[in-house]
Amino acid sequence: MSAPVIAAEAPVVPPVATGRPAARRPRSTPYRAISWAVPVLLLVLWELLARAGAIATTVLPAPSTVLTTAWDLTRSGELPEHLLISLRRATAGLAIGATTGLVLGVVVGFSRLAEAFTDRTVQILRAIPFLAILPLVIVWFGVGEAGKVFLVALGTFFPLYLNTVLGIRQVDPKLLEMGRVIGLPKLQLVRAAILPGALPSILLGVRLSLTNAWLALVVAETVGAAAGIGFMATNAREFLQTDVIVLVIVLYALIGMITDLVARGLEHRLLAWHPNYVRR
Amino acid sequence: MTAAPVAAAAVRAAGISRAYGDRTVLHELDLEIHRGEFVALIGKSGCGKTTLLRALAGIDAVDGGTLRTPDVSTVVFQEHRLLPWWKVWRNVAIGLPRASARARAQSALEEVGLGTHADAWPVTLSGGEAQRVALARALVREPELLLLDEPFAALDALTRIRMHGLVRDLIARHRPAVLLVTHDVDEAILLADRVLTMREGRIAAAHPVDGTARTRGSAAFAALRTELLAELGVVEP
Ligand SMILES: Nc1ncnc2c1ncn2[C@@H]1O[C@H](COP(=O)(O)OP(=O)(O)O)[C@@H](O)[C@H]1O
Ligand SMILES: [Mg+2]
Repeated sequence: MSAPVIAAEAPVVPPVATGRPAARRPRSTPYRAISWAVPVLLLVLWELLARAGAIATTVLPAPSTVLTTAWDLTRSGELPEHLLISLRRATAGLAIGATTGLVLGVVVGFSRLAEAFTDRTVQILRAIPFLAILPLVIVWFGVGEAGKVFLVALGTFFPLYLNTVLGIRQVDPKLLEMGRVIGLPKLQLVRAAILPGALPSILLGVRLSLTNAWLALVVAETVGAAAGIGFMATNAREFLQTDVIVLVIVLYALIGMITDLVARGLEHRLLAWHPNYVRR
Repeated sequence: MTAAPVAAAAVRAAGISRAYGDRTVLHELDLEIHRGEFVALIGKSGCGKTTLLRALAGIDAVDGGTLRTPDVSTVVFQEHRLLPWWKVWRNVAIGLPRASARARAQSALEEVGLGTHADAWPVTLSGGEAQRVALARALVREPELLLLDEPFAALDALTRIRMHGLVRDLIARHRPAVLLVTHDVDEAILLADRVLTMREGRIAAAHPVDGTARTRGSAAFAALRTELLAELGVVEP
């Protein structure tokens, strides 16, 4: 059970992020301002030290240099091109991994026979940290697109599969019984009780999948690629262009943040009924 | 009673049995509930009341005997069992024909005094309100048989008293046959036309409740209460 996996562990608590900010009392201490001031000050300090020559450009470029580089690379069309390639890989991998994970999870969640056929095998496979098979992926696919998409799909599949099965299994049997007493047909029971009940768990799977997808993308692009923002960073390394490297790191972070925001927004919409989100 | 027409019986159970492993819970039990009759069933915890109710609801099968129940029967459990992801009105409307669902749910909610809560999420309701919604969900189907399994047991005493009044009014209006399983002897006397006690997997005794016994504090009430408690093996100090 304690295999070192990046895929999802079974959530013990109701699988929803607590998105509600704690009620703030009117206080004189501007905690929020302080929490933002600190990173901004660090950034300013970094800028000043870099300009004064206290940090060598080959170690870390000034933030302003990174911005300038970003602008230059955007105007030359180089950055959008690589970014688009990276996003396309991520989207393709996500779409494939998420669809198979969700569909297989639903099938296994509903059918004991399907579970007997697949579940143990998947449980064994998930003991492998999916990034560990990267060398194998490179042998199989070379540095082409397929290998990267495959790795992203693999990283996406496991959390979604596991949390979908778990979510369906955890639906309150008392609610199902109520549905049967009322005489709901099987299909309506699935729509009314089973899928909505599994949804918090499925959405947790989506969030974990997104995290895995980015991890897979970064690793796959950095180790072997001829295009994409990871390739930009690797290429820049040859010429000690730290500004490009930092830019790529920042881009990875930004994309990760945006997807997480989208996922949280989705949870807010779809789980409006959940005790964590309901406005009383 | 001898010549009661067949049509007058909503529930007719003859010699029904049910066992879990080698533990017999229902032992050739006979039970008849007339149309529009309100029957309360009391008995020690674990004596098989829920098992009987689940058999009547068609949730569990019986091992032997014959059981006839109406086509439309509904259940209110101790827990409200509302779908938390559906607004209150949809919980009431669940499984109804789509065209009239919203309107019927709304009027059912008004009947239980929750007309303004149609668009609330279930988690925002109090225990008593949630149970009223469950009651609306049961009654909106116009059941011929309403099965209540300790529906007020989890409510506080004041809310429970208010629920008694509400249930009495609703039953008087809809007139389904009712089987109320309860721990509460007072509740049984106040609401039912007939109180049954259950022992060793059978109906042990039946006590008709007449008008004066329904008044809490009357001598008839006290006498019936003592009698029922004695049958359950409880002697009050
Ligand atoms: N699913 C079950 N499996 C095994 N035994 C059960 C099950 N359900 C109920 N029982 C047993 O049947 C007996 C009657 O239970 P129940 O009908 O719930 O009692 P009551 O509702 O009167 O408290 C109890 O001894 C209980 O342990
Ligand atoms: Mg019970």
